[in-house]
Amino acid sequence: MKVTVELSGGLELLFDKKKTHTLEFADKDEIPLRDLILYMRDNLLKERAELFVVDNTVRPGILVLINDADWELYDGIEYIVKNGDTIIFISTLHGG
Amino acid sequence: MQDSSNIASYTQNHSLDNKEIERYGRQLITPDIGVQGQMLLKAAKVLIVGAGGLGCPVALYLAAAGVGMLGIVDYDTVEIGNLHRQIGHRESSTGVPKCESLAAQIKELNSLVETKTFNTVFTSDTAIDIIKQFDIVVDASDNVATRYLVSDACVLTKKPLVSGSALKWEGQVTVYNYNNGPCYRCLFPVPPPAETVTRCSDGGVLGPIVGVIGSLQALETIKIINNNPQNGVLSGRLMIYDGLAAVFRTVRIRSKQASCQVCGDNPTITQLIDYTQFCRSNYSESAGKVEDRVEKEKILTVDQYNDILKSSTKHILLDVRPKNQFEICSLPNSFNIPIEDIDKEDSIEKINVWVKDDQLPVYLLCRRGNKSQDAVESICKKIDSKFHSQLKHIKDGLLGWAESIDPSFPIY
Repeated sequence: MKVTVELSGGLELLFDKKKTHTLEFADKDEIPLRDLILYMRDNLLKERAELFVVDNTVRPGILVLINDADWELYDGIEYIVKNGDTIIFISTLHGG
Repeated sequence: MQDSSNIASYTQNHSLDNKEIERYGRQLITPDIGVQGQMLLKAAKVLIVGAGGLGCPVALYLAAAGVGMLGIVDYDTVEIGNLHRQIGHRESSTGVPKCESLAAQIKELNSLVETKTFNTVFTSDTAIDIIKQFDIVVDASDNVATRYLVSDACVLTKKPLVSGSALKWEGQVTVYNYNNGPCYRCLFPVPPPAETVTRCSDGGVLGPIVGVIGSLQALETIKIINNNPQNGVLSGRLMIYDGLAAVFRTVRIRSKQASCQVCGDNPTITQLIDYTQFCRSNYSESAGKVEDRVEKEKILTVDQYNDILKSSTKHILLDVRPKNQFEICSLPNSFNIPIEDIDKEDSIEKINVWVKDDQLPVYLLCRRGNKSQDAVESICKKIDSKFHSQLKHIKDGLLGWAESIDPSFPIY
């Protein structure tokens, strides 16, 4: 299966400054979002994991979108990611 | 025969005078605005929290559109470093309170608009009394604590909140607490850890980015005043602008949360709290003096470093600012390893050569003396403890250097 992960609001800085990552899981048809987040932490994250994951979920201040909709409109971290899904992680901005 | 002087030569069922019709003509004839819309704008009272990069375009566009009363809250004064993005201020206003400077520009743009200025920090003590005088609130602030404060205050006073934010090349905009939509706290029940928040003064921001986001905020405000034509108000949705990639994206966000502490079914926040404590940060984006986090032996003051320079004592000066900041200006003979690279293998290798082979002290430097403390801690985790005493960070950083030692050093 193929999943597209996008990062915005400065989160891309933790992921090699790349805003879009395509992940392939050859041996899987689906992956729980919870596992995808931990996979990202363990395999994609280049630095300071605590700026992305706290207590096995994304830290406060990050919105997670599943195909352009807030994960709260689905099952949140319990969502099962499917082939072709796009998961977006947005760090909220505060400046002005 | 009728006396023609007594006959009205035209009819109009509104109180817009000829000057207003002339001024707002293009707007009046726009679908979904019309005379009714203009009358609504004229009667509207909008509060803008923050007279900075976002607040300037919001205020100017709303004033130009003929919003009857604009309130502006800001405690800060205009500085020359604001002007690249805060387009409602002028060079001649340097040192003037931002709310007064912006109100003056509003008057010049449209003298029909009434302004109310609040040259004060927006706090739990002042927020409700100020907000109560207005119909709609625009969050054009620049810090987390104020964002929670403004949102909670809008929930408690039942005012819609048009929220915008920006950093570097990106911006976000949405409307909270409107038509049963979510509030800021529905989306962000827990404030972000302070170390994850980047200020514009640290991360940078471009004028056109706050210009775009502020303009969008002004537009959403106009739509709310006009009773949500075509149900198009940006509530329950978040618009994200990536200026570098030239991409706009609008995403669906959660609805009002029953569990929300302030707008939910069983609210536990029924009056404003201490938001600086809640967010562990101030009602300000300026960082102020940095507190000491490393032990005393690892701190060098700028005066002490100056003495070291004068005595020509051999040492390594390691500047940990990002490369593009280092390029603006640096102290002579300093090395640059950005903080994000400091604990990488080749960096540690270099540092080991300095402390072990060359037996030199290494002094860490950054802009404010914040990241240099992180750098000391990161390096200590990676090198042998017998070399730890050779590492020190320079307290107050280059800003302190410019303040106490060399006033000619450029500050940004």
